[in-house]
Amino acid sequence: MSNRIDDCFEALKAKGEKALITFVTAGDPDMETTEKAVLSMFDNGADIVELGVPFSDPIAEGVTIQKASLRSLNGGTTLDKIFDLVASLRKKTDKPMLLMMYLNTIFVYGKEKFFRNCRDYEIDGVIVPDMPYEERDEILDTADKYGIYNVNLVAPTSHDRIAEIASNSKGFLYCVSSLGVTGTRTEFKTNFDEFFSLINKSVSCPACVGFGISSPEQAEKMSKYCDGVIVGSAIVKLIEKYGADSIDEVGKLVKGLKEAM
Amino acid sequence: MSKIGRYGEFGGQYVPETVMNAVNELNEAYEKYKDDPEFKAELANLYKTYANRPSMLYYADRMTKDLGGAKIYIKREDLNHTGAHKINNVLGQILLAKKMGKKRIIAETGAGQHGVATATVCALMGLECEVYMGSEDMKRQSLNVYRMNLLGSKVTGVDSGTATLKDAINEAMRDWCSNIDTTFYCIGSVMGPHPYPEIVRDFQKIISEEIRSQLYEAEGKLPDCVVACVGGGSNAMGAFYDFIKDESVRLVGAEAAGRGIDTDKHAATITKGSVGIFHGMKSLFLQNEYGQIDPVYSISAGLDYPGIGPEHAYLHQTKRAEYVDITDEEAVCAFEYLSKTEGIIPAIESAHAVAAAMKIAPTMGKDQILVINLSGRGDKDVYSVAKYREVDIDEQ
Repeated sequence: MSNRIDDCFEALKAKGEKALITFVTAGDPDMETTEKAVLSMFDNGADIVELGVPFSDPIAEGVTIQKASLRSLNGGTTLDKIFDLVASLRKKTDKPMLLMMYLNTIFVYGKEKFFRNCRDYEIDGVIVPDMPYEERDEILDTADKYGIYNVNLVAPTSHDRIAEIASNSKGFLYCVSSLGVTGTRTEFKTNFDEFFSLINKSVSCPACVGFGISSPEQAEKMSKYCDGVIVGSAIVKLIEKYGADSIDEVGKLVKGLKEAM
Repeated sequence: MSKIGRYGEFGGQYVPETVMNAVNELNEAYEKYKDDPEFKAELANLYKTYANRPSMLYYADRMTKDLGGAKIYIKREDLNHTGAHKINNVLGQILLAKKMGKKRIIAETGAGQHGVATATVCALMGLECEVYMGSEDMKRQSLNVYRMNLLGSKVTGVDSGTATLKDAINEAMRDWCSNIDTTFYCIGSVMGPHPYPEIVRDFQKIISEEIRSQLYEAEGKLPDCVVACVGGGSNAMGAFYDFIKDESVRLVGAEAAGRGIDTDKHAATITKGSVGIFHGMKSLFLQNEYGQIDPVYSISAGLDYPGIGPEHAYLHQTKRAEYVDITDEEAVCAFEYLSKTEGIIPAIESAHAVAAAMKIAPTMGKDQILVINLSGRGDKDVYSVAKYREVDIDEQ
């Protein structure tokens, strides 16, 4: 079964481009804004979009996405409403979309129903930041059954586990740029040559880097190491600042990021 | 589902990739040291000379006569240094952290007892310490905040979510993700990702081992019932563990029912919770139909947690232990009762166990024995109980 994520990376490779993957928290501050923001990101050069499913206790997130999650939940966002948003988006775009979410959301919803919905609503993959590789069996069979990719993560601290994780990845490998939680950073302490040489030795799919990347300069620099760059908090900050009026600002940022890569 | 650190379906290691190596490293270190004679001797010496172990097993004669049922013994964990069972675990974990070469300790705290114990042992061992505490709990337990500062620790308030124990854990986990190389996360209860539930249980099981030998000396037999309060569940796990294999021993955990389990103001995880995955473990949680963690409430900051350790979830599922609900009102009455009847002011957490024992003891025979694990002392709670009773004790 073909997956939009694979098709996307193949097309980019043919053009000699790197992927820009962007993130917004679904329902922040409301679903209409999210829909407009997603379409604007695609129009301005995003290749893949991650929709954040808000969780009450997002332990892997920094303050920016924590606050976005809270705004979204206070607005009444639920997983079912996010599937409705995806249905509406799918009438307007055929680009890859993933859900970034905490494992409890899938577990309590029921993994069978969840991944069946992902297939039916045409979600292409999931990123679950609190499910390490060792616990992937919690969802992997069901995700596979419905053709949904579970995106593996590696971090600079993954060391000797990198080889196994990277060699068993599908869609793309999410390379966490540095220690800590999500959020913009002014500098990185990670030795990227070393980190990506370990990854590239064994990776079975494109590798993309995320956590802390906010500016076109950073996107340009980081894209040299791998196949794509993931930007989240910098976009969410614009939505925090401008709310429903953030669409043009978001588009402008995304355009600048893509042009720099 | 991985087989690592499981209690039936419960447990596991659900943590961000960034901390996975630290969890593995901790597991390796624990496997290396747990049976190491030198490590064990060092810990035993600290228990004896610093923590004041073994804690007394006290026969509560007046309470026994008043309730008119089982003979009641009280395991005096409140007499440990720092006033609660928490020191047992902290001494073990921080000794382990030292062996691992970690320089900085972080911890979460609810009532402040684990935070105080951690700050204390960090002072003893000369380590940097930062304690995360919900800002709501900092208000309820300002005395403990001051104690931690006095002991040289930094206390960082957490305003997110309900600003209580769960949010303090979230923030401690975020800190851990950011400072993994230098920092050891000293978890205060039998929860979190494997190996924490096992490590904390192993450092607390000395409670049940001592109860067994002390009661054998006093009565020549096993207890018929052991009662302990349950938030995350560390004092209960410690009080239960050595008796799990003795099927004649009834094990009872007392959960916080707050203003009642039919209201939305309680923390009765076993009674009202469902299976979920949060804070590194699969266990029971209070949560909504979409898996969002519920805000919880108890008069006791130490029981105010929406989850429970995975081994308790397993003991509940296999019916080896039973769990009962105690309301704020029942706990406060037990707090006053034990103070007046035995001259022992219990922690408001432990008062939940006393309240459960007050219900169970009269239903038992006079030849039977009930042990209450009195996990902590109540000095820290005098102010909030006075407030609950609408008595003004503020200095003018």
